[in-house]
Amino acid sequence: MSEPLLEVQDLKKWFPIRRGIFSRTVGNVRAVDGVSFAVGAGETFGLVGESGCGKSTTGRTLLRLIEPTGGKITFEGRDVRKLSRTQMRAMRRQMQIVFQDPYGSLNPRYTVRQAIEEPLLIHGLASSSAERERRVAELMDTVGLSPSRMNRYPHEFSGGQRQRIGIARALAVSPKLIVADEPVSALDVSVQSQVLNLMDDLQKQLNLTYIFIAHDLSVVKHISDRIGVMYLGKMVELAEADDLYAEPLHPYTQALLSAVPVPDPDAKRDRIILQGDLPSPANPPQGCYFHPRCKDAMDVCRVKAPEWREVKPGHHVACHLYDEERGGSTWQTS
Amino acid sequence: MADVMMTPTGLEQRLAYPVKKSQSRLVRLLRAYPLVFVGGLLVAALVFVALFAPVLAPYNPDYQFPNGLAMNGAPLAPNHQFIMGTDDLGRDIYSRVLYGARVSLEVGVFSSIISLFIGTSLGIIAGYFGKWADSVIMRITDMMLAFPLILFVVALVAVIGQSVDNLFIAIGVLGWATTARIVRGQVLSVKEFEFVQAAKALGSPNWRILLRIILPNIVAPVIVLTTLSIGNNMLLESTLSFLGIGVAPPTPSWGNMLAEGQSIFEYAPWLLYYPGLALLLAVLGFNLLGDGLRELFNPRRVR
Repeated sequence: MSEPLLEVQDLKKWFPIRRGIFSRTVGNVRAVDGVSFAVGAGETFGLVGESGCGKSTTGRTLLRLIEPTGGKITFEGRDVRKLSRTQMRAMRRQMQIVFQDPYGSLNPRYTVRQAIEEPLLIHGLASSSAERERRVAELMDTVGLSPSRMNRYPHEFSGGQRQRIGIARALAVSPKLIVADEPVSALDVSVQSQVLNLMDDLQKQLNLTYIFIAHDLSVVKHISDRIGVMYLGKMVELAEADDLYAEPLHPYTQALLSAVPVPDPDAKRDRIILQGDLPSPANPPQGCYFHPRCKDAMDVCRVKAPEWREVKPGHHVACHLYDEERGGSTWQTS
Repeated sequence: MADVMMTPTGLEQRLAYPVKKSQSRLVRLLRAYPLVFVGGLLVAALVFVALFAPVLAPYNPDYQFPNGLAMNGAPLAPNHQFIMGTDDLGRDIYSRVLYGARVSLEVGVFSSIISLFIGTSLGIIAGYFGKWADSVIMRITDMMLAFPLILFVVALVAVIGQSVDNLFIAIGVLGWATTARIVRGQVLSVKEFEFVQAAKALGSPNWRILLRIILPNIVAPVIVLTTLSIGNNMLLESTLSFLGIGVAPPTPSWGNMLAEGQSIFEYAPWLLYYPGLALLLAVLGFNLLGDGLRELFNPRRVR
């Protein structure tokens, strides 16, 4: 990976919990608590984790739809958090988002044409109405929709088609980076693969970079080059996709992967069932956040938070099992 | 009946489903909600009467007919000359009811426009920008709502003087609190929709999000609310006139007609029937129309 397109360092988003008539801050929900990663141009970076682990919040703070509490976001060498309002508006041409809910992400009062045209108008990307119409038709064509339907309303389309409209809208500004926030989770399986293939094709044609947020590991594996696994606002493991699936290091990743269904009724499977619930991010456990549910928890896990370290090239993990002082390299024998 | 369609290649294709003739939204609306029609008619009739009262009314509403009272001084029951009877001063009730529509409509509509404007602006600012703007505006709204509106209006009218204009200004300027609160609530819910986030992500400036995205999506409840509030404000005008603080006699208003009638309604009930009925129909008309407009503005309901 050469110069990264996007670099995130120690990203934090804490939501204050306010109580009483003076709105005193009595605590923080640590939705995102010190996440670091880098994404190279043309790459697909998958972000997985169960609901409430902060993966969507991470995606949105990158675009400053939610203002981060701390950390640094560098996009093409520029610090995104330091941009002024006007600079940020220009920056939005470079980074776009595709949302999960194909029903909520389109304004019910806009026709498809108006929806896709909106970014062209905002950024003055087309001079005349005829040119805008041509561009909208082109974009609809790109995502596999018939331009003849541009004057229809979103409710006249199916979920998959709406998701295509959402993608066309994001593409209208010719962005470099697209944050796809669970773009296929709300679609049924046959439509999922269509949309995934579309995104794959678009990436090749337009040299897009994706940050692909999902909770479905098979979906993420299909599309990602590298994958980050999040748990309770922290990144616990980050590796090349094949590497991660072949050799998951963190016990949490192992448990997640063991839950992926295998389309073979006779296959022998060692499922690791996680005990207990996701702890509250307002009151996370001491030490390693995962220790109350971890099958390999040791004494040190209850006291000390594990460090984020690269245990082999390109494979990062935050787990005491791979501490060097414990002899390290446990992964080779497992 | 089976429809036949030509394919681009020139084949005649029988369709398995009938092609629906596309009707205009208005036609479809009337078909789905026929009561809207009733509401619309009532409101149209009210507007018509208010505009053309001088032409429609058979007599001067303020003229005290020498033959308008019975020998014992009692008002006359409806008869062929005075079709709604006369009041205790011998004036023609029919003419007075027609002229009363002017006052009611004027006060109802203008006061609602004033409070719609104030309430929507404040509600949108509070809901969209949040933080201290929200706290300040909502606390003021709470204070407005905590104080009985009628007393407030009475006090304000007492200060600025009693006239029809001052009446609707007072009602409008003081009656925005409910609108503000409902608009704020709507904005809060609409702004969480992902299409608002999407607009932000696309780089829309705040004013564009407010005017082009949030406002159209809260129009439906605001319209319903305004239509209802026209009806409500007409009632409030009547109440105030009834109490003697609204429209001053001799200008006819349904409210002060009711007030004049209440002392003698036991033997002359028509003094209450006709202005009361007019008020009822007018308020009902606005309510039905409000419901209909809500459906018309909802792109998902009327197909």
